[in-house]
Amino acid sequence: MQAFQYKKANDVDGAIGAGSTAGLKFVAGGTTLIDLMKLNVERPTMVMDINSLPLTKIEKTADGGLRIGAMVRNSDLAHDLTVQKGYPVLSQALLSGASPQLRNMASTGGNLLQRTRCYYFRDTAYPCNKRNPGSGCSAIDGYNRIHAVLGTSEHCIATHPSDMAVAMVALEASVQVKGSNGERTVPLKDFYFVPGSTPNRENVLAPGELIMSVTLPRLADGTRSYYLKRRDRASYEFALASAAVVAQMQGRRFQRIRIALGGVGTKPWRSTEAETVLESHEASAQNFRKASEAALSGAKAMHDNAFKIELAKRTLVRALTVVTSAA
Amino acid sequence: MSSSIVGQAVTRIDGRLKVTGQAAYGVEHRIQNVAHGVGVSSTIANGRIVRIDTSEAEKMPGVLAILHHGNFDRMYRPAGSLEEMSRPGESRPPFEDENVYYYGQFVALVIANTFEQAQDAASHVRVQYEAKRPFVRLEQVPAPNKSPDTQSSRGNAEAALQQGPVKLDATYVTPVETHNPMEMHGTIAAWEGDKLTLYETTQGVVNHHNVASQVLGMPPESIHIVSPFVGSGFGCKLFPWPHSWLAAAGARHVKRPVKVAVPRTLMFTTVGHRPLVQQHVRLAATQDGKLVAMMNDVLQHTSVVDEYLENCVDATSMLYSCPNVKAQQYEVPLNVGTPTPMRGPGRTPALFALESAMDELAIKLNMDPLELRLRNYAEKDESSGKPWSSKHLRDAYQKGAERFGWSKRNPKVGSMRKGNEILGWGMATCTWPCHAAGADVRVRLLSDGSAHASCATQDIGTGTYTVFAEIVSDKTGLPVEKVKVALGDSSLPPGPTSGGSAATASVVPAISKATENAIQAVIKAASKAPQGPFHGIDPKQLKMTQGRIHIVDKSPDSGVPFQEILASQHLVGLDGKATSGREHRSYPGDPGPEREKYSIHSFGAHFCEVAFDPEIVRLRVTRWLSVIDGGRIINQKTARNQILGAVVMGIGMGMLEETVYDPRTGHPINNNFADYMVAVNADVPEMECIFLDYPDTVLNEYGARGIGEIGLTGCASAITSATYHATGIRVRELPIRIEKLLASA
Repeated sequence: MQAFQYKKANDVDGAIGAGSTAGLKFVAGGTTLIDLMKLNVERPTMVMDINSLPLTKIEKTADGGLRIGAMVRNSDLAHDLTVQKGYPVLSQALLSGASPQLRNMASTGGNLLQRTRCYYFRDTAYPCNKRNPGSGCSAIDGYNRIHAVLGTSEHCIATHPSDMAVAMVALEASVQVKGSNGERTVPLKDFYFVPGSTPNRENVLAPGELIMSVTLPRLADGTRSYYLKRRDRASYEFALASAAVVAQMQGRRFQRIRIALGGVGTKPWRSTEAETVLESHEASAQNFRKASEAALSGAKAMHDNAFKIELAKRTLVRALTVVTSAA
Repeated sequence: MSSSIVGQAVTRIDGRLKVTGQAAYGVEHRIQNVAHGVGVSSTIANGRIVRIDTSEAEKMPGVLAILHHGNFDRMYRPAGSLEEMSRPGESRPPFEDENVYYYGQFVALVIANTFEQAQDAASHVRVQYEAKRPFVRLEQVPAPNKSPDTQSSRGNAEAALQQGPVKLDATYVTPVETHNPMEMHGTIAAWEGDKLTLYETTQGVVNHHNVASQVLGMPPESIHIVSPFVGSGFGCKLFPWPHSWLAAAGARHVKRPVKVAVPRTLMFTTVGHRPLVQQHVRLAATQDGKLVAMMNDVLQHTSVVDEYLENCVDATSMLYSCPNVKAQQYEVPLNVGTPTPMRGPGRTPALFALESAMDELAIKLNMDPLELRLRNYAEKDESSGKPWSSKHLRDAYQKGAERFGWSKRNPKVGSMRKGNEILGWGMATCTWPCHAAGADVRVRLLSDGSAHASCATQDIGTGTYTVFAEIVSDKTGLPVEKVKVALGDSSLPPGPTSGGSAATASVVPAISKATENAIQAVIKAASKAPQGPFHGIDPKQLKMTQGRIHIVDKSPDSGVPFQEILASQHLVGLDGKATSGREHRSYPGDPGPEREKYSIHSFGAHFCEVAFDPEIVRLRVTRWLSVIDGGRIINQKTARNQILGAVVMGIGMGMLEETVYDPRTGHPINNNFADYMVAVNADVPEMECIFLDYPDTVLNEYGARGIGEIGLTGCASAITSATYHATGIRVRELPIRIEKLLASA
């Protein structure tokens, strides 16, 4: 770990004012940043602690949605009654992630910004385009069982590791960010970049911009949602494949359906292809399979991760089955 | 002995210290003025160091010294022998030369005032290598062209194999596994003049002491090893590793105590692992399931610098009755750190292959897998021709089958269901050989009414402290709370390594005899005490019960508490000492060398249920039963803990664990607890363990055997057999993974 200066932000404007300082990183729960600093992957010269910023509320919005402060801890969000009742997919996704200790620390904003678990990104002995642009990707010809099959490029195949963000993408969440030029709102599906030739650029945040909150739109009455995560062991592991489904039914037909996949994409993967297959169609095993084929139609397997394509399809089929059979 | 504490469920006497954080583990000892050593480790697996540039790091704050092969006094190579208790983990001393044999080998040590300073400076040491292609997988190297490293044969297996009407030919692979005890390795070295104290976390205080003396070139009396608590080891702390010597040399260099804590990443490289083992098993049997031939060709890796045998030949030749057996095993050197025993070494990979093969053979024979085991039951050890000292495996099979409900098993694949899931039932045999090593124990009865037992052996979390207290309590009648136990210190009477499940069987006879000797010393004092109630009475007419000395045929109430006798003689205490070991007759009636006439093994059976959700390829272990014939159980609580803990490890071995080397670099790429999967609580099902509790008095007076390892053997094949039963997929290369099960349904 490289030596760094530590400052505590007292208010949002102060944080944003300092935010564009070269070498500055905000720290919230620290569950990604501190790890990566210990590994010399992140080497900030100044760390600004935003834990005392007043961004800890979960509140209803005027149009019936939910605004979640950036500093709301994952545990608090997962156990919030409004979330559990109104957005079960989000609570399920949060509780499937990490461990209770990590969830107690991790913040909503920080979870959105967590870095990939790619072995080669985390070890400075290896070339990595995300960490050191232009140095090459070690995962493409390396051991890539946990890597992405969707949204990859010849420069990077790392997955986005968040469960929470997958549920939020399916919920069509938006992110409120604030910088020195003011506040803006970005739909979460547009918040992340696919790696392309610049895997070091992961999202739309400009230097110094701070996530203020995440807003979930109001869901139509009777909307059902579900998150299913597949992995090797039963807990404490990133997804090999996961599916978040938010569905509004009219009888046996999908009136509206939103689908996102985790563990398989270079970003939380919204699948409009699968949605198109299902929307205004009947909930049936055949249609579920068709939708899952559509969701993975652009998938590209590497040496060790071909199984993820079939696993993701089956995970999505099961999630759709569960969400449509709920009482 | 029915009211004896031995055999009951006794709470660990050190439990409170541990759960309240007062037990000081290896690097937790508070040593004044300690400096911190952080290793720089190689990022190549094969080649040499061309240049080490320390100029930038040396100027960093707090840096005291940077040691490497270019500025380091060579150490000695240890003579190394298991029998002499002087075996190193890696025989090459650190910084011996510029050569690099494996990824994660120490190439420099930075010593600084604080850990952070040392860590930071270590990341600024620039090492330039000349790298050669590393060889980290068996398939990268040619098949061995040499005579086997070990073998066993009887009859004519090749010929018999041709004739057997029902044949099985399959290859099984167990991957590299890393021990990963919770407490990582680490050493604090502190010099006082020319005397050295090493605070360690070791499974072998005496062994560490002996090797330290050899490697550092110091007389043994100048070295003191302290390891009172060990946060488990699973084998990787049996033998010392290079960081211990680096701490010693570093402390001498900077003239301050130095602490070297091995980080989790290097736990995967420089402190041993279980090597990959590939077993080509061929079986032939008659139509009614009698084995006529067994062959096992075993290939395993070792390191470039050391030989290491993961012996799968032994189990192949002793487990079943079969007239024609041939097993041979080869070691293949690769660019990995030196392997070391991991819980159930040899038998664990061997039984994965053998028990899987038996399950497969049973399917070919259309026979119940348990019935096949019974038809080939070994009534004696056919590899040595010796009778078993005590074997009740048939009993274990039967009790297990009844308890598990095995007769309800429908052998048809995928035929048993529960809700949306398919159930699979599997079983396997488990076995572990019983050893006993020498132990010296001192027991002192003290004038405050307590007892104090001591031995240099260590408690690695398995309950050895409590075993000592129980035996002393059993012999004296003192409550366990009145027995203090000191272990894990080389200044105490020498004791065995905690390995091979031998510690309990090794120390129990010596504790027992030492306690008897201490009691006799008090009795003699009583009979000599001029004013005492027993003056002049023949010591043979006296005994001690419930801590009271009394006349043999009178009630203990008529006697006197032993401490009063000590007090009346102005004695602080009286000692009893005893030695046990193969060469000693350690208790009255001990068969001693008679033991050599027997083959001594523990046995047992695992029964496992898995539930498989085919659509989402989710496999879970849902029920487990182990029935163990492990001699007399000294402490039901800690024994149960050993078996269930081993089964949890078995679930990890069967379904999750694998150290993956990147073939380009030789780097274990999943070298942390997020990427190297072990079973977590949520993976652990309802588990049950039954001990048959037949004393094996050939081994010792109490009939106790060690039970630390047997629980892991056989687990993985019980799981893969259950998995086959559920899915129709036979996983012959561990671990079972989602991708291997995708083909089903």
